[in-house]
Amino acid sequence: MSKHTFSIGGVHPHDNKISRECAIQPLPLAPSVYISVAQHIGAPSVPVVAVGDKVKVGQVVAEPGGFVGAFIHSSVSGTVKSIAPRADLAGRMATHIEIAVEGDEWLEGIDTSDTLVTAIPEDAKAIVDKIRLGGVVGLGGATFPTHVKLSPPPGSKCERVIINGCECEPYLTSDFRTLLEKGEQVVVGAALLQKAMGGVPCTIAIEENKPEAIAHIKDVIAKLGYSGIEVMVMKMMYPQGGEKQLIDAVMHRQVGSGALPISVGAVVQNVATALAVYDAVQKNKPIVDNSVTVTGECFPKQANLLVRVGTPLRYIVDYLGGVPENAVKIISGGPMMGRAVANLDAATVKGTGALLFLTEEQTKRAPESHCIRCGKCADACPMGLEPFLLNKLSQAKDTEALEANAAQDCIECGCCLYSCPAHIPLLDHIRVGKGFVMSAIRARAAAAKAAAEAAKAAADAKK
Amino acid sequence: MSSTIIWTVAVITVLGLLLALVLYLVAKKFKVEEDPRIDEVEKVMPGANCGGCGFAGCRAFAEAAVKAPNLDNNYCPVGGNDTMAKVAAILGYEVQAKAPMVAVVRCNGTCEARPKVNEYDGFASCYVKSLLYTGDTGCAFGCLGCGDCVSACQFGALSMNPETGLPMVDQEKCTACGACVKACPKQVIELRPMGPRGMRMFVSCINKDKGPVAKKACASACIGCGICAKTCTHDAITVEGNIAYIDPAKCKLCRECEAMCPTGAIHGVNFPKPLDKDAIKERIKVRQQKAKEAAEGNTPAVAEKKADANGVAAADVSASAKKIADATADTSATAKKIADATADTSATAKKIANATAEAKVKEDKKDE
Amino acid sequence: MSKLLVSPSPHIHSKDSTKSLMRDVIIALLPAVICSFVFYGWREILVMAVSVASCVLLEWAITKYMLKKPSTVGDLSAVITGILLAMNVPYTTPWWVIVIGSVVAIGVAKMTFGGIGQNIWNPALVGRVFLLVSFPTYMTTWSQPQGLFGADAVTGATPLGAIQEGLMQGATVQDIMAEHGYNYGQMLFANLGGSAGEVCALALLAGFVFLCARKVIKPWITLSIFATVALVSLVFWGINPARFTDPLFNLLTGGLVLGACFMATDYVTSPMSVWGGVVFGVGIGLLTVLIRYFGSYPEGVSFAILIMNSVVPLINMGFKQKKFGRK
Repeated sequence: MSKHTFSIGGVHPHDNKISRECAIQPLPLAPSVYISVAQHIGAPSVPVVAVGDKVKVGQVVAEPGGFVGAFIHSSVSGTVKSIAPRADLAGRMATHIEIAVEGDEWLEGIDTSDTLVTAIPEDAKAIVDKIRLGGVVGLGGATFPTHVKLSPPPGSKCERVIINGCECEPYLTSDFRTLLEKGEQVVVGAALLQKAMGGVPCTIAIEENKPEAIAHIKDVIAKLGYSGIEVMVMKMMYPQGGEKQLIDAVMHRQVGSGALPISVGAVVQNVATALAVYDAVQKNKPIVDNSVTVTGECFPKQANLLVRVGTPLRYIVDYLGGVPENAVKIISGGPMMGRAVANLDAATVKGTGALLFLTEEQTKRAPESHCIRCGKCADACPMGLEPFLLNKLSQAKDTEALEANAAQDCIECGCCLYSCPAHIPLLDHIRVGKGFVMSAIRARAAAAKAAAEAAKAAADAKK
Repeated sequence: MSSTIIWTVAVITVLGLLLALVLYLVAKKFKVEEDPRIDEVEKVMPGANCGGCGFAGCRAFAEAAVKAPNLDNNYCPVGGNDTMAKVAAILGYEVQAKAPMVAVVRCNGTCEARPKVNEYDGFASCYVKSLLYTGDTGCAFGCLGCGDCVSACQFGALSMNPETGLPMVDQEKCTACGACVKACPKQVIELRPMGPRGMRMFVSCINKDKGPVAKKACASACIGCGICAKTCTHDAITVEGNIAYIDPAKCKLCRECEAMCPTGAIHGVNFPKPLDKDAIKERIKVRQQKAKEAAEGNTPAVAEKKADANGVAAADVSASAKKIADATADTSATAKKIADATADTSATAKKIANATAEAKVKEDKKDE
Repeated sequence: MSKLLVSPSPHIHSKDSTKSLMRDVIIALLPAVICSFVFYGWREILVMAVSVASCVLLEWAITKYMLKKPSTVGDLSAVITGILLAMNVPYTTPWWVIVIGSVVAIGVAKMTFGGIGQNIWNPALVGRVFLLVSFPTYMTTWSQPQGLFGADAVTGATPLGAIQEGLMQGATVQDIMAEHGYNYGQMLFANLGGSAGEVCALALLAGFVFLCARKVIKPWITLSIFATVALVSLVFWGINPARFTDPLFNLLTGGLVLGACFMATDYVTSPMSVWGGVVFGVGIGLLTVLIRYFGSYPEGVSFAILIMNSVVPLINMGFKQKKFGRK
């Protein structure tokens, strides 16, 4: 069995998938949910309900605020209590729609049965539109609205749909469980995405540490008989699930700096997104819940839970017995790219994939010492950058040199900091440097646009 | 032996002279003609190259100053009026004296007043921290305490106070170059006029949360109650977005607001005497009573009624009742202001949207 | 749980630390240290103890009293410098000469540049070369290994020294080799005159394999040195076997194995990228052979490595990892 992986760098942290045997279970409904209007990349959505309104599960509560935006649906049935700013997990204020839960009544037209619908609609446009109406966003972490990704700009052509089932982050198992328990739906979702992109071939990429999932999906593909869908077994390597890395691994094509995957003919969607696509298109069911891995060595009750969007994190934790005494850090997401939770009262969003509890020993940063120029950071960087150099340039605030050394290409995967024996906070500094370069690039673009407009105005004036 | 020494000396002397000649010729040939006044101006500059004037360094400032038709837009905050007078003398321009400025830290969330709610474990930089989240205290606006301002200051005027966890400004050393203002990702630091004999008043808080929220996060937060604005007889204080601001141009340093502030968010510094809260409160009370009496004089019916009912002792009560009523009115006025501001913002947003749409239409046309 | 910890990602770290890497290097050096103890006896251990102690003490004193910074002794890099310095001097070297070597290695070559990670040249090699130039008598008086409890040491030349001396007197390489009875098995397993680091090539190679297996170092620098030395000496030997020694002799004698495995692969003073490392190794190999054949010193590894150390920043600039998605 040949195994594929990306060509530059990468690290190999212990995968620690301790919750792999836990089947996905629905979490009982919380008394109230808080649905953020800014839970995807792009413009925040605009609330379309008012305080006091009765809503049902699946009812639209906020509409897209722009082209890059998404519908947001009520995840519960009940009464809208407030529409007010509320702190997210980093403490930043965002508008949340508070809904007090009353029963569990679903909107008419949503098929809540378990029947598998395998017939693929003929109209690709209709598929994309249903995905848009279903509020589907990329659930692999970036939460980029899926319908935007599926509408390639004119002139570009999709050649392959890649379903990302790598789950290369340690600890996370929700995608693995989804593949195992809802493999049929994921494969139908893949077929729908295939159809939406014009019947191109589709690859479901799964890392070798999930042999059960690989076998199951292969069976399902054979059983359902869709053509052009294949499973590709990937070597275990972080960050294989990174979009650019995965395209490199599957198609041996490298997406250029600042370019989109479509520029090399690829569209990548996560396993959970494929499931959401199935739900949205075949069942009229928008994203109202997602599976969340709750795990950590210090956490007594490992679980994969089906959580309604907007459930307070504290409710999930309390359901499983509260925060363990020796846990010092709670991470939303995986240990490599997840975000540390500063506010446990924050609510889940569509992209919440895991809650991970780490002890001081596991996560506390060791004191920084001198760089010994071992080059481990450069070896680990999957983008071929030189973190040790970017680190210094960033501290010197040398934007030009940062750009020349491609700081803007950093995908913030954390491999450099992970592997640095001197424990230098490389990524902290590189993020700062990346910020410098990005604002310089934006300033240049704005200046160029202004200049073009001025020239145009001058030309108009001449006429 | 002696001949060796003589030879050595001779060779080295000749070599030195020759090389000096070469250097002289090269310097002569490649000399760049420059306005000699640039050198003169540069000489009187402080030479800190801090960039506080908006130019890359003192030389750049000198070049700009020499080129400019006047000195209106060029001012060296570090050198201050003395330096600018010298520059003006060299260039034959007039210069307006500016009030000396000083950096002011608008956060008094000390470790006790603003307890930590989580622990930050990343690189100790306010910028890195602010990218990640709102900070390790309940306040999303205040000082992050990692000392980016301290490292930005070239003059050693800032230092972290280990007790409060907040930066302190040494006003003797501060040159008001503004480097700290730029370095602070939370815009906590402001440049304010030094004030007469260094005496100045300011609101040491920028928390824009509503009163209860702000108070919960920090005991010494400005809760936007508006008492200061109401107390102020010089119209120097405005309350906008749940935060009071003292206009240094209008402030007469009477310290009444400082005495009245319920959370101690208003700071007066460099006053010769410590603040006598009770005396000031008494003074305000007397004044307000007089004002009330004057007002009641105009509406005798009400005054009489009240006096009849409650006697003299009740006058105080009614006065405080009125105060509260006033304060409420103030608050609602503030609320209205906020609403207006919001409306304004949305109007602006609409404008921007329109502009964007227009621009897009334009672009589309261009494409055609 | 008291207060939640909040930090930017990533939230976990590999088990590597500067200390653990340095500890691995020390473990890798152990076989050679034990071998040298077996061949040279307690005297060698004494030399090593003096060297390590003076290096560590010096680094501690400099960080504490001159730089007034937290001590970096804990990262064990000074220990490695001490061991390597000891392995580069004859076991008969007086203690005060070793201390001077440590002063130069740690004080001049390392701490002057700002301590670990900042130095341009390998500290142990700078110390060794300083001693070689300043105290040639002590540094070139080699004794034949006499075993742990051997009789009096017999003074003699190292193979490379013997060859150079012989060649100057007009003998051919073959004659000299025959005269001294050198054979390759002996070279591989030890028992030829020289410093501790020249004694047992096999023990050093075992350490090198260990380091590669632990992924502490990448093998490319070492392998390219070996390959270059072999190729270049093959060419010369092919031209004139009477004047030039053969490739195997060059690989197994002198400090080549020690230098290639432990000195050239020092993180701080070697290039970071794979191809940069290859260029670095080729440079060292070439210079080593040229110095051995044509230089006035019989041994050239130290000089070759120091010369190539100087151009590492240039190599680092020239050989960078290809960036993802860029030409």
